[in-house]
Amino acid sequence: MIKIPSKERALDMYEKMYLIRAYEEEIYYLFFEGIMPGTIHQSTGQEACAVGMLYDLRKDDYMATTHRPAGHDLAKGVSLKSMMCEMFGKAEGCCKGKGGAMHTGDFTVGAMTANAIVGGNLPIAAGVALAFKMQKKDNVVVCFFGDGATNEGAFHEAMNAAATWKLPVIYACENNLYSATTSIKITCNMENPAADRAAAYNIPAEVVDGNDVLAVNEAARRAIERARKGEGPTIIELKTYRRCGHSRNDACGYRPKEEEEAWYARDPIALFRNRILEEKVATEAELAAIENRITEEIKEAVEYAKNAPFPALESALEDIFWQGGND
Amino acid sequence: MAVMSIADALKSAIAEEMRRDPTVFCIGEDEDIPGGMGGAFTVTKGLADEFGFERVINTPISEILIAGVCVGAAMVGMRPVADLQYSDFLFCMMDQLVNQAAKMCYMSGGQVKVPMVMRAPCGATNRGAQHAQSPESYFVHVPGLKVVCPSTAYDAKGLMKQAIRDDNPVIFFEHKLLYGSSRKEAGAINASSEIPDEEYIIPFGKAAIRREGKDITIVANLLMSHRAIQAAEILEKEGISCEVIDPRTLVPFDYDTVIESLRKTGKLMIIHEDHYNLGWGAQLAAYIAEHEIYLLDAPICRVAAYDTPIPFSPPLEEYVIPSTERIVKTARVLAEM
Ligand SMILES: Cc1ncc(C[n+]2csc(CCOP(=O)(O)OP(=O)(O)O)c2C)c(N)n1
Ligand SMILES: [Mg+2]
Repeated sequence: MIKIPSKERALDMYEKMYLIRAYEEEIYYLFFEGIMPGTIHQSTGQEACAVGMLYDLRKDDYMATTHRPAGHDLAKGVSLKSMMCEMFGKAEGCCKGKGGAMHTGDFTVGAMTANAIVGGNLPIAAGVALAFKMQKKDNVVVCFFGDGATNEGAFHEAMNAAATWKLPVIYACENNLYSATTSIKITCNMENPAADRAAAYNIPAEVVDGNDVLAVNEAARRAIERARKGEGPTIIELKTYRRCGHSRNDACGYRPKEEEEAWYARDPIALFRNRILEEKVATEAELAAIENRITEEIKEAVEYAKNAPFPALESALEDIFWQGGND
Repeated sequence: MAVMSIADALKSAIAEEMRRDPTVFCIGEDEDIPGGMGGAFTVTKGLADEFGFERVINTPISEILIAGVCVGAAMVGMRPVADLQYSDFLFCMMDQLVNQAAKMCYMSGGQVKVPMVMRAPCGATNRGAQHAQSPESYFVHVPGLKVVCPSTAYDAKGLMKQAIRDDNPVIFFEHKLLYGSSRKEAGAINASSEIPDEEYIIPFGKAAIRREGKDITIVANLLMSHRAIQAAEILEKEGISCEVIDPRTLVPFDYDTVIESLRKTGKLMIIHEDHYNLGWGAQLAAYIAEHEIYLLDAPICRVAAYDTPIPFSPPLEEYVIPSTERIVKTARVLAEM
């Protein structure tokens, strides 16, 4: 077991995980009550992956995410208010309401616009890493993708180039065992769809318990250090599980109940919370205070987003081409 | 006779063809997983119960593979029906469709045929720019591909059966707001039809006249054909009589039905959810201008999605996609000309 970090760090990590969980639960409610438009792909249950991987990135490091972006965005520092406004399609959304649930992001904190084409972000992350290298910066990129994405051609092209060019990129596969309704077992002949393929490209790989935030974080720090030192990419395969449907209207009828129960018993937030308490890093009251504060912040963000104005209609015709001026 | 949604009509067409012809098979991501949805929009749900997983293939998320496997299997005697989940992912398999499927028959000097159907759910539904496109026109442009776009359950069934029997690659667009599947969509329109018990097939290249009229000819496909009918009903009350034509297939295109209608009306309005710039309406407009300009009493008028990626925000999406109101307003101006 990995040693628990300092109180400050542990509580901060816990807070970020709790924020993601509370955010996703609120979004679920808003969506199913018909209060919020659009579609949803939630990261409930995968909070340790997001926080563990991103906790030690710098603000100017980059993060590339998928159709399931909220946890990653919040962990990278996209503001709660701008996320919530985006979900409601409001002008103050992080993408001015033009992106929506599958395209959140904020470049000012290194959160690239989320990509809803499965596998689409993998070569793009390699491109960002290539540029960092060309620009002689020591920045790195963390690129998230699912188990299903490893079957895309883009995965293989990106891995090959990242390895050959020794790019400063960390490929983090959140293996939640399913791509939509399909078990990875019937689409890939390998136990670890990302990590086992790493050998083919001569990329170092680790398989990590994705529900243990400290284990994820330790692997992430090793990979980040390698990348910063110019030693090239790492593949980290995080074993985790969705505590929610793939998208809306999904009762997960394709998942065995025993499997669900086994994973639900290993909730990443409960696991970390228990450790904090068991090792007396903080008290129940201290944790409750954090949780209450987050709950309040989310309530405020929802109220704010609900009442915020929609974008002007003509704004739909802007941003097709760059309007930000010259460098 | 039974009333069916487009989703059910498509399922029944595919099942009938699979029963009739053992070379027909379905392939796609989440195509029919027990406890799953049956593609993204329920069309293929339950087919494996009858046909087994040899003929209902659940693939990895690998679009190049899906299209390439269809091309290969089709070249040696099979008739694949593939499911894309969202038409936006057609772009992930462009090489296999445009460089391979479309050209094999021609490049081989007619030695080989590629009978395959690529089912592509299209249309804007508040999902954001990468799950929203109506990319018919890209494929209209490619010689060797047929392009189909049913807007009613009756047409969906008859055209799907034709698509499966056709000896060429067919891109088959299905609009998400017209499916009528158990998967609810905000803004969905009921496109159900009475489906005869007897088998029927709808040939490609025959437009349907949805509504007769004498002042303006409106040509519109998919969701827009429904909005055109709504608009025509409103305009009727104002004394403007519109003939609404649904082309049903874009390749081949039934120019004759449009020309016949223009002999009566002399005014042409084209409506599509595809973008304005080189949407399929541009081809129709150019064709009429080139061959039948003397039938026209006024400039041709196009109502299309504005040339922007599709925004997520519901009011913005509504603004970008032609609304019934925008169609009515444009028709009023055209009627005055
Ligand atoms: C290119 C492409 N193909 C298919 C889809 C439809 N789709 C969206 S999410 C998804 C499953 C992705 O599975 P995985 O990569 O394991 O990520 P997870 O959803 O489990 O986070 C699919 C098939 C898509 N968005 N993009
Ligand atoms: Mg997955």
